[in-house]
Amino acid sequence: MSSSNAAPLKPVKSTGLHIGDAAPGVAKVDPIIIADNVTRQFGGLKAVDVEHLEIPRNAITALIGPNGAGKTTLFNLLTGFDKPDTGTWVFDGKQLNGVPAFKVARMGQVRTFQLTKALGLLTVLENMKLGSQKQKGEGIFASLIKPLWNKQEEEIEERALDILARFKLDTKKDDFAASLSGGQRKLLEMARALMSQPKLVMLDEPMAGVNPALTQSLLEHILDLKVQGMSVLFVEHDMQMVRHIADWVVVMAEGRVVAEGPPEDVMQNPAVIDAYLGSHQDVDLGVVTGRIAGEITSEVEDLLEEIDAETGVEHEIEQPPVVAPEKDEDSK
Amino acid sequence: MDWGSILSNTASWLISPETIAYALAALGLAVHFGYGGLLNFGMAAFMALGAYGYAISILTFGLPWWAGIIVGCLASVVFALILGIPTLRLRADYLAITTIAAAEIVRLLFTTQVFDSVTNSADGLGNYHAGFRAANPFPEGTYGFGPWTYNENGWWVRIFGICLLAVAALLVWLLMRSPWGRVLKGIREDEDAVRALGKNVFAYKMQALMVGGVFGALGGVVFALPSAVVPSVYVTSLTFFIWTILLLGGAATVFGPLLGAVIFWVIMGFLSNVLPALASSGFLPFMSTTQAATLRYILVGLALMLIVIFRPQGILGNKKELTFVK
Ligand SMILES: Nc1ncnc2c1ncn2[C@@H]1O[C@H](COP(=O)(O)OP(=O)(O)OP(=O)(O)O)[C@@H](O)[C@H]1O
Ligand SMILES: [Mg+2]
Repeated sequence: MSSSNAAPLKPVKSTGLHIGDAAPGVAKVDPIIIADNVTRQFGGLKAVDVEHLEIPRNAITALIGPNGAGKTTLFNLLTGFDKPDTGTWVFDGKQLNGVPAFKVARMGQVRTFQLTKALGLLTVLENMKLGSQKQKGEGIFASLIKPLWNKQEEEIEERALDILARFKLDTKKDDFAASLSGGQRKLLEMARALMSQPKLVMLDEPMAGVNPALTQSLLEHILDLKVQGMSVLFVEHDMQMVRHIADWVVVMAEGRVVAEGPPEDVMQNPAVIDAYLGSHQDVDLGVVTGRIAGEITSEVEDLLEEIDAETGVEHEIEQPPVVAPEKDEDSK
Repeated sequence: MDWGSILSNTASWLISPETIAYALAALGLAVHFGYGGLLNFGMAAFMALGAYGYAISILTFGLPWWAGIIVGCLASVVFALILGIPTLRLRADYLAITTIAAAEIVRLLFTTQVFDSVTNSADGLGNYHAGFRAANPFPEGTYGFGPWTYNENGWWVRIFGICLLAVAALLVWLLMRSPWGRVLKGIREDEDAVRALGKNVFAYKMQALMVGGVFGALGGVVFALPSAVVPSVYVTSLTFFIWTILLLGGAATVFGPLLGAVIFWVIMGFLSNVLPALASSGFLPFMSTTQAATLRYILVGLALMLIVIFRPQGILGNKKELTFVK
């Protein structure tokens, strides 16, 4: 971490965010988003069915849940990239349902995408500058006269270089974004979102595909956002990180909010363990499937019995032949 | 074979009104496709609207020649609006399909008997030159040297066209170095990402469609200035010649369309002279001279394929970009 001195290694957790018991839909002391009755149906599947949800201001909120829980769909709805079947929500005191995506972003609610969207044939620096709001030179007539926007452009460039340095992308500023690695693109997308000086940053799996060392600095960036007064809502599958930085955790399963609360409490919640962590979180699935040689513990036997009971197939437990662990198919 | 006349005929294409007109239209397409990623396959319609807007304003409404040019441009702006409102919100390929269809509708409207009193249907319009020629600053006479010897009207059309082209190229350059151009290029790469950054993507695409459309209309005007407006010119193959020029020169460049147009017409001019000459001197057996002249269209098609396969970024395109072509 170079320029930001504010991010401590031990995150300062915000507490006392909610009013009353931490149950799904609990009211917050100072919510930045209040959503009511938001539903989105895809054919027969109710991808999102949120009765009431409040996201606290100036805090880091993690949105977790199994694959297909509706996290990305909820992101899309809240940011205007998708239209809900029903529902209303308020962002920072303004009614936002039906507002187009670009206006949502202008109001200060900026998102990133699960499938990274780097603008390939623009340079890294151009990507960054694009994130800046209220640019005079973005009007078609003003764009023709450089003196009108030149000064602002210089300020934007300065700010862009500053953020790039923090994300360790400054050496790449003149490269096409298409030449960045997958993890670097994640960083660029987040840095670009910050260029718009948002009030709420919504990050869809910002850590996916980023190496451990960078993950650490990414975490610090996210913590830093809070220090700077922003609110963060992020989707993440790595419980370790959620535990580490989140002030508040919202758990979704099958489109509904099944639990919310401070991270330590939520991880103990039986509904969460059942829906997400799974009751057999200590078992190596490789051992269960026989792909990796390993000790058949009583837990493995339990799980196998459960699977058999569900599928109705007889399964003999036998010591699998000892094979070298296979290489993971493709980790990119 | 008379090589002297072949080469001289070829050289004259360098600054022919056709070359200038195609360069203007290709510049418009560069704004649409090269910078904005808009798949416009209806450039012929924008050109037709420019040409007819010019001719009809003068012949039917008695407007001065410069007002005719403005009317032609306005017509293409309205066409861009009509085309863009329903399609620009959809995926890029829908625009492609719609523009082909819309361009045919425009051509058929100019061809049909229904508006015969205004459009003169299939015969087209002519004899609208008086106003433009009266504004000619060049004194009467024949000037120039070698293959570039024209009378005062020939020069006036060419100089006027080149000025229009220079202004258009300057505008494109100014636009594309600005933050406006940055947004447009961003939209070409991924419009959702640009939307997420608070830019009104629809408005930018509409502006790009209009700007490029106006250049197309100006191309139509320059094409019409020295000759006549005939509906059978504005067929789909005209659109594809413009595409060939754009891809030849380099889609996301300012000078690519100009270079592409010059190369295209010089080669076309050369082939139209040399192929019949070869046929008549017996070098191309099984072919009459007329057949030999049409052979050039086959060669243009072949050239388009070869460019796209071997140099998709065009002559002036950035080699580095090619590495990342999806
Ligand atoms: N455009 C769509 N059309 C049809 N079904 C969709 C669409 N988008 C999402 N779904 C479905 O909605 C459900 C929720 O998807 P979503 O992408 O929101 O999950 P997620 O919680 O983000 O999962 P992950 O953790 O894997 O990213 C899934 O079952 C998915 O198949
Ligand atoms: Mg998702």
